[in-house]
Amino acid sequence: MTEQFKMDAPATARRLDDMAQGLVGAPLDRPEGPLKVTGTATYANEWQVRGMVHGVMVRAPDNSGRVVLANCDAVEKMPGVLAVIQDDRLLRNPAQGTANKAPIQGPQHAAYLGQLIAVVVAEGFEQARHAAQSLQVQLENGEVMPVDPATAAVEPQEAKTLDQGDLDGAMKDAAFSVDVTYTTPSHSSSPMEPHASIASWQGDDLTLRGSYQMLKYNRNELSDALGIHPDRLRILSPYVGGGFGSKLGIAPEAVAAAIAAKKVGRPVSVALQRPQVYEATMRRSETTQRVRLAADAEGRLTGLGHDARVSNLPGETFAEPVLQASYFLYAGENRKMSMELARVHRLCAGSVRAPGEAVGVTVFEGAMDELAVQIGMDPVELRRRNIPEKDPESGKEFSSRRFLEALDSGAETFGWANRPGVKERREGEWLIGYGMASAARVNVLMESQARVTLTPEGRARVETDMTDIGTGTYAILGQIAGDMLGLPRDAVDVVLGDTTLPPASGSGGSWGAASSGTSVYLACEAIRKQLAERLEVDENDLTLKDGMATFDNQARSLSDILNGDQIAKLGHVLPGDTSEAVRQATFGAYFAEVAVHAASGETRVRRMHGTFAAGRILNAKTARSQCLGGMTFGIGIALTEEMAFDPRDGHVANHNLAEYHIPVNADVPQLTVDLLEERDDWANPLQAKGIGELGICGAAAAITNAIYNATGVRVRDYPATLDKVIAGM
Amino acid sequence: MRPFGYTRADTSESAARQAASGGTFIAGGTNLLDLMKLEVMAPEALIDINRLDLGAIEETDDGGLRIGALVSNSDLANDARIRKDWPVLSRALLAGASGQLRNKATTGGNLLQRTRCLYFYDRAMPCNKREPGAGCSAKDGFNRILAVLGTSEHCIAAHPSDMAVAMRALGAEVETLKENGSTRRLTLDNLYLLPGDRPDQETVLEPGELITAVVLPAPVDGKQTYRKVRDRASYAFALVSVAGIAKLENGRIARANLAFGGLAPKPWRNAEVEALLTGEAPSEDLFNKAADLLLAEAQGYGANDFKIPLARRTLVSVLNELTQEAQQ
Amino acid sequence: METNLTINGTEQRLDLDPRTTLLDALRHHLGLTGSKKGCDHGQCGACTVMVNGRRINACLTLVCMHDGDEVTTIEGLGQPGNLSPLQEAFVNEDGFQCGYCTPGQICSATAMLKEISDGWPSHVTDDLDGKAKLTAEEISERMSGNLCRCSAYPNIVEAIRKAAGENT
Repeated sequence: MTEQFKMDAPATARRLDDMAQGLVGAPLDRPEGPLKVTGTATYANEWQVRGMVHGVMVRAPDNSGRVVLANCDAVEKMPGVLAVIQDDRLLRNPAQGTANKAPIQGPQHAAYLGQLIAVVVAEGFEQARHAAQSLQVQLENGEVMPVDPATAAVEPQEAKTLDQGDLDGAMKDAAFSVDVTYTTPSHSSSPMEPHASIASWQGDDLTLRGSYQMLKYNRNELSDALGIHPDRLRILSPYVGGGFGSKLGIAPEAVAAAIAAKKVGRPVSVALQRPQVYEATMRRSETTQRVRLAADAEGRLTGLGHDARVSNLPGETFAEPVLQASYFLYAGENRKMSMELARVHRLCAGSVRAPGEAVGVTVFEGAMDELAVQIGMDPVELRRRNIPEKDPESGKEFSSRRFLEALDSGAETFGWANRPGVKERREGEWLIGYGMASAARVNVLMESQARVTLTPEGRARVETDMTDIGTGTYAILGQIAGDMLGLPRDAVDVVLGDTTLPPASGSGGSWGAASSGTSVYLACEAIRKQLAERLEVDENDLTLKDGMATFDNQARSLSDILNGDQIAKLGHVLPGDTSEAVRQATFGAYFAEVAVHAASGETRVRRMHGTFAAGRILNAKTARSQCLGGMTFGIGIALTEEMAFDPRDGHVANHNLAEYHIPVNADVPQLTVDLLEERDDWANPLQAKGIGELGICGAAAAITNAIYNATGVRVRDYPATLDKVIAGM
Repeated sequence: MRPFGYTRADTSESAARQAASGGTFIAGGTNLLDLMKLEVMAPEALIDINRLDLGAIEETDDGGLRIGALVSNSDLANDARIRKDWPVLSRALLAGASGQLRNKATTGGNLLQRTRCLYFYDRAMPCNKREPGAGCSAKDGFNRILAVLGTSEHCIAAHPSDMAVAMRALGAEVETLKENGSTRRLTLDNLYLLPGDRPDQETVLEPGELITAVVLPAPVDGKQTYRKVRDRASYAFALVSVAGIAKLENGRIARANLAFGGLAPKPWRNAEVEALLTGEAPSEDLFNKAADLLLAEAQGYGANDFKIPLARRTLVSVLNELTQEAQQ
Repeated sequence: METNLTINGTEQRLDLDPRTTLLDALRHHLGLTGSKKGCDHGQCGACTVMVNGRRINACLTLVCMHDGDEVTTIEGLGQPGNLSPLQEAFVNEDGFQCGYCTPGQICSATAMLKEISDGWPSHVTDDLDGKAKLTAEEISERMSGNLCRCSAYPNIVEAIRKAAGENT
């Protein structure tokens, strides 16, 4: 029944190259598209559950102290109110991605301003919101807590430390060197759909309709938080209105809804208010990063250093993995890296799209630009010269790496050769500049399972608890199954987002498509074998296309072969030795043209191009869209996005979409993307690597490097808002 | 939202009377409901004035326009007369908010919108505008978007309107109706109050006093522009904005009307700055002197310090634009 | 508060808590969940619907203020199998990813195209008296009241251009 496969050796068969149906890679529309464009795809807080009532959560008004609900009795008597709940099991903050167990619980003590410490349940939404706002929350015996990472106590992260060769010596002997410190602020995922859950109990069984990225883990996290067996718990997330890391782990609203629904004996919906999304989900840690680069007279790196400080709440082990790509992106024999984690009472830090590289590569690529300027070398050429032959730390081979081609092809497509000199081009009041940066992101395979059923009618059904958070899962899993089973795309049904289905990798870390896709591939391969057995032919001699099997100069329809039977197989992939045997990563390059207003310092991105290589592309349309999204996150990081923490209590002052500036349509030009052909046999049998985050990993640096080219102003404190630009003009 | 009574007013007079006894007018509602959801505002009763006959734009005897208080921001921006003869107003409106909000927001409501100060919006934070005497959290907090002119130790909120800035440059006046049936006309300068020690009092309007119209004087001769500087290319409030009208005669500035947004608790205009420019030949030096005068008493509070140099640069740039193109 | 209004051509009689927004009336009381709640404060545009032909944020208006009005939501523009040209173009151009902002984008674009054909200028229109062209810059500016965190913006612009081309 189960086709289990461990990725211990390169998968050189490349079977998807040979399938007759020709779906994989094609730019097919999303099958769920008609539902999404008509408003009929059902997101978490949209299920029409009979008897449902509304819960609204209540925040702690400061970052320390024992929580006292001063007027609880009066609020309980307000119109429509069913319960005011301050249960011990409420979460202090969401679980980290893949935690698989509950995070710190307990609403009795505030750890950060905005922590959700109670839930008020009422018949109507307006009644619940008003009652929640009427609840007087007092904090007793509060203390002054550290909220500034610059001055807070720090913990060194030994596992991230690298000291290879003699960087200090290399810096001293270098023909050219750069020693610069950059800062990046905290970012919010800001998905358009606020975090929401509807909990309904049937006896001791709980159904949670939520908005989550990793259901296998989320079920365990929720069961751990509630103290019930995972078998009693079902999570449904067929449509997720964006996650970007903020819906990786079970979050406070799910636990609150479950507890509340039990208490009031009715289904309860709890949706976070938008300010609560900012204050109580996850932030990307702000970073302080020192980069040192030592180069010889020809621009070859002799040494590099990357030291970072990040922060998190006490009790949380997650530390933004800023150095992740610095270990392998560039050559240089003398290498020094370190990380430290400051303990602050700001909201929890966790994964926001491309944790690590989003800000780590961005800063490193800024420093590389500074080095290129110092040497007087084309920034593309500087990077070309420093592509290491092997992983510079471990000496391992790269699994596949079309980095050089991405640099060259991207430069050609963009017209990089026409770049102006610093402060050289002006159009009216606008200063024009070009900038570029490299892209790099680690590649990961995760355990994942899927069941594929070939029905007697000759249709296929793919079932897994995998999610589609906008990433294109519905599309690509259908394409893989269609190719492997020789079925047109519309003869494959894909069912996702339900924990009663086989557990998948979940969506995160860019691993979802390759991991869940491989499980589908394995299940289909098992079905092919069974079909071949029935036909008494070698599976490799079987050609499946448009519902027909062709072999030995014969052709028969699948329904004829099945003869009323169905074939169901479970595909199960496990990561194996290839994860460690080689260095696996994705690469690319960004090019940007900006216009900076000479008077106001406002920056407009006029053009931006990305060329990426991420193994086999499973759907050229959805993969491109992922890159567009990543590059736009890069525009936000470069120019507008910053969580503004109050310096006194550490709360998120700009906790709404009016003042936390994610890019609007007018901030984003008609971006262009090229995807290079690549096959990575070490990654998985699909030869595909992750592409969901590659588009963000360094993108912002292309823009800030272009600002330098336009104005001569080097902003080392992201984002490059106009105040920082005019300060240097 | 706290529960409230809701009535639909049939006449302006009845609306004013209802509002005088504890009611709050609602028209577009785009700012009021925003604040009511957070319970920053909690009116006992809403008087829905959308059915009042205040939706027309009429020409006045002296060549100006009377804009009904309920004219939407979209209709005002798109009015052919406004586009032709008062383009700075059209430009200011189009620079504000989004297409959706402009369709709903009204002329009267836009004038009366509240500050975007993040501490005013957050009931857990002390705010003198919300609760006089509570203290101002913004002065030592995150005040990037707040004011540098006309502030007090009690409040540094900035007025967020674009439309009002253009109207100030155009010398517009509001017409109001009081509960006793009397009417009055107020210049925008007289409409708004500076925070002083009562930042909760933002206008001179009395309880129940209804803005019925905004009156634009006859078109002003000269080149007009609205420059808005902000953190996004669209859908963001002004950090600094300038509504400018200038006319050159024989190489000298014959007129300069300048109003500023994002800098002060009300749309800001400084007659001395305009007098300094008038009669002079345009030059970078002159424009910088104008900026010196405009910003002589400007005070930053940390995160918003940059607004002072930004205002200077923007003013100089706008004056260059107005005087260069006017020469052609 | 009794309110009679027409939604997608169907007359509806509602008697709700006066605090109920048009958005919550649609989502909680009429089962029309196509209009999305992204921020509830007029800061994202996910709730965009058309009232009497004009696009507005349904979250920032009370349903009781719409007695006698005609409301069109995404459900009124087309259904699976019977998509409007804009809906079709959004599918073809991948003008969305997670899909949460999409109904608002499409309602907004539907009304926006009428605004352009009615000769409304925008912030980026060079000549206030001239007729605006359907450039990427014009579309982007006019669609900036609809945030998309997945950032399908370039594809949204392309979808709108394609759909508008079909109509003209």
